[in-house]
Amino acid sequence: MTGAGGSIIVTDAGFAVPVPGERFVPLAILGEATPRAVDLAPEDDPAALAPLLHAIAAIRIAFPVFSDGRGFSLARDLRRMGFRGRLRAAGHLIADQYPLARACGFDEVEIGAELAARQPEADWRCAACRGRGYLDRIKGPEPNPG
Amino acid sequence: MYAYAEFDEDFVRARVRQFRDQVERRIDGRLTEDEFKPLRLMNGLYLQLHAYMLRVAIPYGTLNSRQMRQLAMVADRWDRGYGHFTTRQNIQFNWPRLRDVPDMLDALADVGMHAIQTSGNCVRNVTADPFAGAAADEIADPRPYAELLRQWSTDHPEFQFLPRKFKIAITGAEEDRAVTRAHDIGLRLLRQGGETGFEVSIGGGLGRTPMLGRVIRAFLPEADLLPYVEAILGVYNRLGRRDNKYKARIKIAVHEMGLETLRELVEARFVKTRAEFGGADRAMLAGIAGHFAPPASCHGPETIPPGSPAFRAWCDTNLTRHRRADHAIVTVSLKTPGQVPGDVTAAQMRVLADLAERYGHDDLRISHRQNVVLPHVRKADLPAVFEALAGAGLAAANAGLVSDIIACPGLDYCALATARSIPVAQRIALRFEALKLEHEVGPLRLNISGCINACGHHHVADIGILGLERAGVETYQMTLGGDPTVTAAIGERTGPGFSSDEIVGAVERIVLAYLDLRRDAEETFAEVFRRVGLGPFQQVLYEGGEATDAA
Repeated sequence: MTGAGGSIIVTDAGFAVPVPGERFVPLAILGEATPRAVDLAPEDDPAALAPLLHAIAAIRIAFPVFSDGRGFSLARDLRRMGFRGRLRAAGHLIADQYPLARACGFDEVEIGAELAARQPEADWRCAACRGRGYLDRIKGPEPNPG
Repeated sequence: MYAYAEFDEDFVRARVRQFRDQVERRIDGRLTEDEFKPLRLMNGLYLQLHAYMLRVAIPYGTLNSRQMRQLAMVADRWDRGYGHFTTRQNIQFNWPRLRDVPDMLDALADVGMHAIQTSGNCVRNVTADPFAGAAADEIADPRPYAELLRQWSTDHPEFQFLPRKFKIAITGAEEDRAVTRAHDIGLRLLRQGGETGFEVSIGGGLGRTPMLGRVIRAFLPEADLLPYVEAILGVYNRLGRRDNKYKARIKIAVHEMGLETLRELVEARFVKTRAEFGGADRAMLAGIAGHFAPPASCHGPETIPPGSPAFRAWCDTNLTRHRRADHAIVTVSLKTPGQVPGDVTAAQMRVLADLAERYGHDDLRISHRQNVVLPHVRKADLPAVFEALAGAGLAAANAGLVSDIIACPGLDYCALATARSIPVAQRIALRFEALKLEHEVGPLRLNISGCINACGHHHVADIGILGLERAGVETYQMTLGGDPTVTAAIGERTGPGFSSDEIVGAVERIVLAYLDLRRDAEETFAEVFRRVGLGPFQQVLYEGGEATDAA
């Protein structure tokens, strides 16, 4: 069960193949027309996208290696900027990072076939049900007195 | 002290289950060693020279008797009957087996302890003044903020894969006993016009590029602590260097980008992060603060009872003024000359636990100088405490003296070390014990690191020793004039290093030179060094001459 390039999309529902035909345009080569889907490299500054965010349906942020956590901050930045579209982390993330990615605002993770074979769907599902973290509590609204 | 809420308990248990599963997945190959490494590090498990090492967090250096007894149990059952307290107020077990580690973590969870984020490129254990809540010079208690930071940073989804490790220290007293200027973020509580806030510094750190933290915000209202720290971490996570691990700490970003640039980025981000905190953090802080109320009133005489000369000598060195006139802060030295600095046996842990329970409001602290502190002891109880400590080999009267040496584990344990630290510390301490000079010398900081990574804080000691390897031989460089306090300074290198055989004599010459140079017993080593500079000390080290004060 893999897509054209052998990639897998992980969501809370499990593994799926990518939607065919979706084309991501790298930020560096954006032309006049705003594309439906944009690729961000970890070093990109999302501020350049600010005026376009309302028209973009999906943004994909690259994780060249799982120990490079820049994408987590990029995702939060985009959500802070008001981006409401689909946010995808792509590249080398491991199952244990799935809840972190979700908590930072990602909707889905795109992984390669090799990784999907080594860390099967059950590992990601197990990671997905980790529950509420400290940050959710700390950033919540003020509790109702009484 | 803070007691786990149901949430903390559930979280830590879930984390142990998760790690147990990760260990299994490593063993069956679903996780590669590369992938497992950051996961084990996030749970405090290192691979050392001879074995795994488990580093257990002692948040802001605070624990109770039940926790201390459990550390003793862990040491006996799964290790070799001892533990090692570190300069970051943690405890390390040096000989665990990988398959036992999940069980050790479960045993720690039984008493509200964990090893989460004691390693890896994440926010590490938050350290604090070991005298917090007891010191006479305290402006405000830093522990509630330290606990809030612990909760905020634990499993923070954005900051688990930072460019490099990240250390935060906090103090609430006038004197800085937490070395805040040597941390990625240093926090000093201040009162300004009736308002409580923090002086925030960033970019401090020792290691191969020692730098002192610089003030990014002179006064941050305390209510803004988490959003401001979150803004600093966010900027660092995006822009900190990842191309070279030796240039990845935030101190390098401060150095390369400039403090002003970073301040602008942090302040701009802070506007956004502040809007995300909805008030729950304030309510949580108030709840946490309730756990740190002063101990129940327990009056006594304001004078120390008479005792033996040994007792009086111990009182002279190992007590610090408590905020209450009828109490004292007791520093239990883990530096009896000849012992391994910071090591404590399971039997000694139990004695310390008993004393805390019986005489110390069930409160124990670990200091960054690798000693144990009983922060609240009635003066009337000091003789009994001293007797019990003496019976356990814990009554060395040398807290703050030259034999109270900070030493990293060095080449006896550590995979990074380039030279041994422990035997050098042992020989120096024994030498000064034989000289019977250190009480006359008075307070003096001597710190030893066994490699350039500087876990032994040698840069911020009066006398710092750095062990290196040159052509297969251990050689020891010396720095002088380092200062970990509010007048923080990085020590200056004296010149060529010394062999293992020469280093003890070199230290002795420096101490004797200090005695010659000081105007009176009140003038500290740091003050003398600022007045006369390196020259007179180099003279006694390298020219065989006597120290002459050219100034």
